[in-house]
Amino acid sequence: MLEKTGVPTPQEIEEAFPSQERLAKGPVAIIECYQNIPCNPCYTACHKEAIKEFEDINDLPQINHDDCNGCGLCIANCPGLAIMVVDSSYSKDEVLIKIPYEFIPLPEEGMIVKGLDRKGKYVCDVKVVKVLKSKTLDRTPIISIAVPRQYMKVIRNFEM
Amino acid sequence: MKQVEILVVGGGPAGLCAAINAAQAGAKVLILERDEKLGGQLIKQTHMFFGSEKQHASVRGIDIARILLDRIHELENIEILVNATVLAIYDDGVVNGEIDGKYVKIKPQKIIVSTGASEKTLAFPNNDLPGIYGAGAVQTLMNVYGVKPGNSVLMLGAGNIGLIVSYQLMQAGVKVKAILDAAPKIGGYLVHASKVRRMGVPIYTGYTVKEAHGNDSLERVTIVELDENWNQVDGTEMDFDVDVLCISVGLSPLGELLWQAGCEMKYVGQLGGFVPVRTEMLETTVEGIFIAGDVCGVEEATSAMVEGYLAGLAAAESLGYEMENLEERRKDYLNQLESLRSGHMGDSIRLGLDKVTVRSEVVKT
Repeated sequence: MLEKTGVPTPQEIEEAFPSQERLAKGPVAIIECYQNIPCNPCYTACHKEAIKEFEDINDLPQINHDDCNGCGLCIANCPGLAIMVVDSSYSKDEVLIKIPYEFIPLPEEGMIVKGLDRKGKYVCDVKVVKVLKSKTLDRTPIISIAVPRQYMKVIRNFEM
Repeated sequence: MKQVEILVVGGGPAGLCAAINAAQAGAKVLILERDEKLGGQLIKQTHMFFGSEKQHASVRGIDIARILLDRIHELENIEILVNATVLAIYDDGVVNGEIDGKYVKIKPQKIIVSTGASEKTLAFPNNDLPGIYGAGAVQTLMNVYGVKPGNSVLMLGAGNIGLIVSYQLMQAGVKVKAILDAAPKIGGYLVHASKVRRMGVPIYTGYTVKEAHGNDSLERVTIVELDENWNQVDGTEMDFDVDVLCISVGLSPLGELLWQAGCEMKYVGQLGGFVPVRTEMLETTVEGIFIAGDVCGVEEATSAMVEGYLAGLAAAESLGYEMENLEERRKDYLNQLESLRSGHMGDSIRLGLDKVTVRSEVVKT
């Protein structure tokens, strides 16, 4: 389906996520890279050696979620914008999702925006918690949104 | 007549890298660029590149252009002429061109042809209506001149260019209504497809344009589903009210100068059309004429740059310039190309290259 529609299947998304135990421990990078393409900046960006060195540049990235501290360095370095960080320990009812966002205007912290799924369909309103833009992010700002827990694996984008 | 050691025809990513390596080896290099600035397609690429650090992965195309141009400007033995279109390469090795409106003759000792590729188009009723653009034109308007091509767009082609230009249109505040592609699967990188998909843009694979409508300019496009034999299926038509149809159905190598110079050319579908037969070091069948980039076969800009470096080394070496670690560097470039092409996405490129590459082993026997 992904190669016809650009939308990964629920199973593919499930496989990209770490275990419940790891999620409960706090922020962790989720890499949604399902196709062998010649690309490895996620590995070079990772300071924790959580993303394994590529034997072949066409390999899919392999991340050891236990070594990842969710720092998010890989997010803005991924040319495919295929990485997000999920912090499932954020609050009882909400998880924090950090996604790359290359559109203007940027949202403001505290703003309520429309949470979208991987088809761009509206799911529910979500709150912008943080807007990170710095020189190292190189024009790929990272937006943290607080998402109802049940939509942790559903929401991947937002619009204002 | 102007005398030069190495003439580079085309100042895109391949030509710039070729000039850098040839000039670093000591050769006097002249770059002729048809456009008013150097950089080729790089200057329109606002997205981050793939590949590895050696090919500037995760750096944006526009910034890669800056990096390469900085290196070019540091090298005193590179002369650059823009608004300079090469018109012919003659049997006696004389090249002529139109430079700033004047007819100029040049006698280079070696030539590196890095002319790139041109966009293909598609035949359908009313495909000449204003508002129907090639994806390159849309990118040029938007990213070079800051002009919005229209308000609402239908994108034909789900290869990397179609997907990336769709994303850039949305970044510019233009509505992209849908992306369609005649192929049954998305041809571009799926990460690019997911990026536009989660912005709410539907991707219709197995669809083509049936007809465009409009009086003075484009107003509406009818698309239609294709069956497994690529025939249109009646009753599956869908209409889109758009003022822009952006066509991104592939590229075709710009090999006219090579034909004229007498290089052996072969039609290789996987590489986009007629391409020159070449050695691994990118020399054509005409001694002293080297090639790099899309004119060798349509690929990504990452491989174009590596090919440029390789051709630059080979051209300088053929002039007798000695370079440190020549073998090591050559091997490194060849390895980079091999690894960029080794994945599934490179399957057809490898098949295509096998048909036109004369391997060194063959030369020896």
